[in-house]
Parts: sequence; C-alpha cells; structure tokens
Amino acid sequence: MIPVSYFLVLSILLFVMGTIAFLIKRDLITMFMAVEVMLNAANLAFIALAKSANSIDGQIIVFFIITVAAAEATVGLAIILLIFRQKKTIKSEDIKLMKG
Amino acid sequence: MTDIFWLIPFVPALSTLILAVFGRKLPKKYVSYQACLAVFISFAISVISLIGLLQTSQESYPLVKNLFSWINSGSFQVNLSLQLDPLSAIMALVVSGVGFIIHVYSVGYMADDEGYTRYFTYLNLFTFAMLILVMASNIVLMFVGWEGVGLCSYLLIGFWFEKHSAANAGKKAFIVNRVGDAAFLLGILFIFVHIGSGEFTAINSAVSGGAITQGLATLIAILLFVGATGKSAQIPLYVWLPDAMEGPTPVSALIHAATMVTAGVYMVSRMNLLYTFSGTAALIVAIVGAVTAIYAATMALTQNDIKRVLAYSTISQIGYMFIGCGVGAYAAGMFHLYTHAFFKSLLFLCAGSVMHALSGEADMKKMGGLRKYLPLTYPAFLIGAIAIAGIPFFSGFFSKDAILTQAFAQGQYFIWALGIMGAVLTAFYMFRLIFLIFHGEERIEPEAKKHIHESPRVMTIPLVILAFFSVVAGYIGLPVVFGKKLNWFRSFLEPVIKEGHEAHISLGTEWILILISVGVAFLGIIIAWVFYIKAPRIPQRLATRFPFIYKLLFNKYYVDEIYNAVFVNSTIKGSEIIYDKFDLKVIDGTVNGTASAAGFSGKILSYLHSGLIKDYALIFLLGLIIFLGYLLIF
Amino acid sequence: MGHFLFFLLAIICFGSVLGMIISKNQAYNALLLILAFASLGGLFGLLDAPFIAVVQIIIYAGAIMVLFIFVIMMVNVRYGIPPEKKKWTLYLSLGLAVVLVIELILSLKGAFSLPGSAALDKTSPADLGRVLFTEYLYPFEITSILIIAALVGAIVLVKKREKE
Repeated sequence: MIPVSYFLVLSILLFVMGTIAFLIKRDLITMFMAVEVMLNAANLAFIALAKSANSIDGQIIVFFIITVAAAEATVGLAIILLIFRQKKTIKSEDIKLMKG
Repeated sequence: MTDIFWLIPFVPALSTLILAVFGRKLPKKYVSYQACLAVFISFAISVISLIGLLQTSQESYPLVKNLFSWINSGSFQVNLSLQLDPLSAIMALVVSGVGFIIHVYSVGYMADDEGYTRYFTYLNLFTFAMLILVMASNIVLMFVGWEGVGLCSYLLIGFWFEKHSAANAGKKAFIVNRVGDAAFLLGILFIFVHIGSGEFTAINSAVSGGAITQGLATLIAILLFVGATGKSAQIPLYVWLPDAMEGPTPVSALIHAATMVTAGVYMVSRMNLLYTFSGTAALIVAIVGAVTAIYAATMALTQNDIKRVLAYSTISQIGYMFIGCGVGAYAAGMFHLYTHAFFKSLLFLCAGSVMHALSGEADMKKMGGLRKYLPLTYPAFLIGAIAIAGIPFFSGFFSKDAILTQAFAQGQYFIWALGIMGAVLTAFYMFRLIFLIFHGEERIEPEAKKHIHESPRVMTIPLVILAFFSVVAGYIGLPVVFGKKLNWFRSFLEPVIKEGHEAHISLGTEWILILISVGVAFLGIIIAWVFYIKAPRIPQRLATRFPFIYKLLFNKYYVDEIYNAVFVNSTIKGSEIIYDKFDLKVIDGTVNGTASAAGFSGKILSYLHSGLIKDYALIFLLGLIIFLGYLLIF
Repeated sequence: MGHFLFFLLAIICFGSVLGMIISKNQAYNALLLILAFASLGGLFGLLDAPFIAVVQIIIYAGAIMVLFIFVIMMVNVRYGIPPEKKKWTLYLSLGLAVVLVIELILSLKGAFSLPGSAALDKTSPADLGRVLFTEYLYPFEITSILIIAALVGAIVLVKKREKE
C-alpha cells in the first residue's frame, strides 16, 4: 500500500505552490485559481487521512468543501466581473484606494 | 471658664472666611466692625480663659483640647489640639489685645485705601494663624501657624503690590523665612524620629526623663533656633525685616513688632526644658541675641527713614529677648516680649501718625519741629521712647533690667557688657528720632506743610491706650529689689518655666546693676541731645571725619549686597543653567521625542497598509509561518 | 501498480500546477488547472473514495473551471501584464514559501508512522449518503442555503442596472 505520508507530502507541496502562485501572480483570475488549488490540496490531505483513520468522515468534509468552494467561486467571479466593468483592468495593483 | 479657650483662634478665622468670600459686596463700615469685633471677642475669651486658668490648680497644666485627629499614619500622629497654660495665655492676650488695638487704628489709617477689605481679610487671617501658633499643643501645629504667619507677612508686606519695592520685599521676607523654616522642619523631623511625638508635654517628659542625649538635644535646639532666627529676624536671617517696612505701618506694628517676630522667642520659651538641657544651644541663643542686639543698634544710628530705625530697633530688642532666654531667664525674655509689644507697637503707630500727618513722608531729613502740630502724637511717641530706653518706672526698664541682671548673675559678663552697650545705643537712637522729628528747626516740605494735621480720633485713641500700657505694664514684674514676691509675672510662668535655673545674686549687686543700666540710658539721651539739639553740626562732622564707618553703617554693612552676590545670584545662575541644559533639552526633548517617535513609527507602520491584496497575503503567510513555528517548537 | 499510478498522477498534478505558475496566459492557466483537478480526482480514486473522485471531476473540473473560462473570455484581456517592478517581493514570497514547506513537512513527523490501512470497508455512495443524511444533516441543509445565497448573490451582483 502507498503510505499515507506520500499523499500528505504531495498535499503540502500543492498547498505551497498555490501560495506561491497567489503571491507571484498579478492578475486576479489566476490568483483566484491559486486559491482553488490550495483548497484542493486540503481536500487531498483529508481524504488521505480518512483512509488512514478508517473513517468516512473525511470524505464527508471534502464533500462540503467542494460545495462551498463552488459557491465561493461563483460569488468571487461575479465580483471580479464587476471590478473589470468598473476599472477595466484585472491587475491586482490597480485595485487600491490607499495613498500610502 | 476655661472650656471655651479653644475658640480663641477660630473667631478671627470665621471672620476671615466671611470677608474672603463675601468681602467685595460688603460695605466698608461693616467690614471694619466685623474685623475688629472678631479680634475683640478673641481678646475677651482670652481674658476669661486667663481668669479661669488662675482658678484651676497647677497640676492640671496644660489644659489641652484635642479638636480632631489630623494625621494618623502608623506611628506618626498629629492632632489638631490647642492648649491653655500660662505661657500660651500670655501670648494669646498680647496677640489679641494688641491686635485689637491695631485693627482699630487701621480703620483710620487705611480709610482711603482701595484694598480696604483685602487688608482686613489678611489681618484677620494673620490673627488666626498667630493664635494657632501660640496655642498649639504640638510642634507640628505650631509650625502650621508659623507658616501661616509667614504667608500673611508676605501678603501684607506686599500689600501695595503694584509698587515694585513692596512686591520684592514681600518675596524677600517669604524666601528668607523659608530658609529658616527648612531648618525648623529638620528639627521637627528629628523630634519625631527620636521622641516619637510632637506634643510639647511628650517632648518635655522625654527631655527630663533622659530619653535623648545632650548632643541630640543640642542639634534639635539649634535647628529650631535657626528657624527662629528667620522668623524673629536675628543674625543671619534678619535681612527681610528692614525691607518689610514697605508694608502699611499698622502691619509693621502688629506683625513686625509685637507678634510675628516674637514667635521665635515664644518657641524657645516653650521648649525651655530642651534648651536648658543642652547648655550649648542656650549659649548660642544668648550669643546670637547679644551680637544681634548690638549689631542692629549700630545700624539704627544712621538711618533716615523713621520706620527703618524702628525696624532695626525691633531686631535689636528681640536680640535682648533671646539673651534672656539664652541665659536661662526665659521668664525675663517673655517679660520683655510682653512689654516690647506695647511700646514698640506704640512707636510704630506714632510713626504712622506722623507719616499720616505729613501725607506719607517718612524721611526724617524732611521733618523737624513737629511738636506743635501733633499735640497728641508727640507725648505718645515720647512715652514710647522713654519706655524703650529703659528709664525707671516705665515698663521697658523692668523688663530690660530683668534680662541684664540675669545675664550678669549667670556669669555671662561679656553678654551683659554687650547688653549695656546696646542700651546706650538704644537710648541714643530713640532720642535722635525724637529730636529730629519733633524738635529743632523745621525742614518740612511746603507741599506737606499745607495739609499738616493731627490724626483722627480712631487713630489717636489706640495711641493713648498703648501709651498707658507702656507705662504700667511693667509693674506686674517687679524685680526682687523691691520685694521678694512681687514678680507676679515670673511666678505666673513658673509651671511652664521651672524655677531653679535662675541664679541669685546679692541685693547689693543687683542695685548696682540697676544703677548702671539707668545711668547708661541717661547717657545715651544726653549724647543725643548734644548731637541734635545743642550742636547739630557734630553728626555731620563725625560723618566726614570717619567716612568709612559712616558708610558701613549707613549701608547696613553691605550685608544685603553680600547675600545677593553669594546666594541669590548663584541660585539664579544655577537655575538658568539647569533650565537650559536640563529642562529644555532633556525634559522637553523627552516629551517631544516621544511624540516624534510615535509619529515616526506610525509612518513606518503605514507601509503595511498599502491597499494591495498581495501585501496583505504576504503578511498572512508570515503570521502563519510564525504560528506554525511556535506550534512546532513547543 | 498502485505506486506507479500514484507517481504518475502526482507528477501530472504537480507539473500542471507548476505550469500554471509559469504561464502568463490565463486561458492556459485554466486549462492546466483542469488537468490538475482531473489528476487529483484520480488520486482520490486511488484512496478508496470513488464518489468523491467523481464529484471532484464533475463539479470542480467540470463546473467551476468552466465558470472560470467563461469569465476569462468575458474579461478578454488582450495584452499581457508587464512584469513586476519590485523584484524583492518576489524573492521574499519565494523564501517564505520555502520556509513554509519546511515547517509543514517538519510537522508531519508523526505521520510517517501512520498505517497505510487496507481498503476501507464502506466507501460506496450509499454509505456516504447514509452518514450524510443522519449525522451531518444539519451542515447539509445549511450548505444548501449557502448555495442558494451564492446563486442569488451572483445574479444580483452582476445584473446591469436598467436605465429608468
């Protein structure tokens, strides 16, 4: 059997890459996609541990996470659309009102 | 009869309060009545208490009335409690009696002044503080009164505060007094540390019970005496009294002649057991008193301002009182205090009358021959001068003689000699005053001469009363030569001032001493007559023959200038330096620095609020890492 | 066999996410992400979670990413974004990410001894449903409200204001 730790390491790597992507990228849509990547990394960790702990609750949680991620993606994309309509740009640096 | 004695200070206090709060709206006449009445009631109660005191047995002295527990902090207890015993009874009588007379005089003297109500408020406040001082049963409460009279002295000296010289004189008085008070406070601290209580009864029993060493007693006594030199204007802290003449003349009479300046003598008498126990301190008191007596008398010889002469005379006479206390004759010292109150305030009020007649002139060079214009003031002044010179059958003779006799009897011949020399000078300068003002050719300014008039009755009647007492007050303390038991004053004070410290000398010696002191008094008068009536050019010639001495005396030995250069200027310089280096740079720097540090850090931190999502995410990450690290490590 | 599958899927997943980071074209990013999600679905299947694997592919790869692609097309950015001016944020983020990796892996030390257990006994949709509708009924219902809220919210947000 594949040891659980392999999956957990993969999950960590995916999470960190999602973080890197979020910090490096400058257009909103890709940043949002990076967030989705992070969520999936968490899903992977949950499933792996569910198998290891021999419990189905991990899968239930993942079920909910996917649902919520869907809802969140909906609203988030709607907001991105609105920002684009207003400012005609999806660069994240342009969305700021602070002067300092 | 004695139950109400504790009210004595509080009647003037109530009057002060009313005048302070409502004074502006009250009519002048009412103010005069209330102020004088308050002091009169105090006087009446003092008389009643005295009678009651005479009727109670001596074992119960002093009668203490504890009004309330003021400071109650562990072993440090101070109560607001007043006591009635012969010493405080005498002082209360003098303060309230002479105070009442002077209040009445002030009604006339200050009649045209704008600050009339303010004046009486302060005067009543002074009476209150002084009565607290003399009736306190513990040394802390006495110190409260001590400070209170210092404050009133400042307020009243600088009464006409728009005049620069008056304001400065008030400041000087207060600051010089403060120096003395610092020493006094140290003395109080030592008392509390070693004796545990400030009550006079406790102090006395500690001293007689041997609870403190002689060295400690000497230290405490000297510290308290330094405070007394400030308050009673002896060397070295006398410099404020001549300047204090800037205040209204009744103030000089009351505060700087009869009452406040005698507080030091009262204090020493109150602590007589302490001073006797520590022989060194008593000796120092006597020496300082003797030297001051001569020293001040020499300065009085050349002054041209009436009030200045009287001021130096006061300093000199208080020196005599300290001589009395220092040689162990506390009763004699108190006796002189009591008679001096009458004739000195008489002299000051007469001086005020003269100044009033001449529309405010105080320079003797512009007087002369006023005898015919001031038919009431002249005899009063004369009586006062005779009394102070020590001519027999007037009060000053009895008291001064008592002091000098005791000094001799105790073997202090040098002090006695100084006292005798001082007596010559006293007679001389007093009669110099008389001759220059009332006799000889007239040197009055024509402008003043037009308005010359005798003072109104409200001013002359007090003069008459005081003159009367200046004559008779001495008869309650007749010396032993006239009869063994006739010194009522002395025996009255006996419970407070134990007999036994006064030496006895043979009757023959005592008669000789009396003759000597009377002789020198007449000598002084004759010399004055020669100088100023017979051959008025002699003083002028002496001044030109010995310019150095004349200059020294006229400029008060340059003491003021020396003090200024050594103490005042260095303090001012020092504070300027501190202001510059410390106040501006360090303290302001710290405060401003704190503000600019806050601003600066705010500016730096504002970079965190860039508004960019990515920066916020970075900070999230940072926080996450730190948190995970924390979890990992612990 | 299982190991080989695992490594294959893992590399595909990792590689596509890496590609997503490198590529500057949003459409490419989206497509690469679909690939990543698909491989993840495979990984779920490997972990005895068939239902979740299918749900992942249908919903994540199928619905959410399609939504993304729709929005990308609507936004229609023609020109690319100029490179970052402040390079130090880049290096800082990379550095912090490395630190994060290290920390997370360190936190795994307990997991290396976890048993890679045998196949789970209950993994069928029926089992999932049973647990879902009994123990987790409350979150289930709340989540449905959440979805409705998101739906209504998205529509309200994007609706163009009618000119009066």
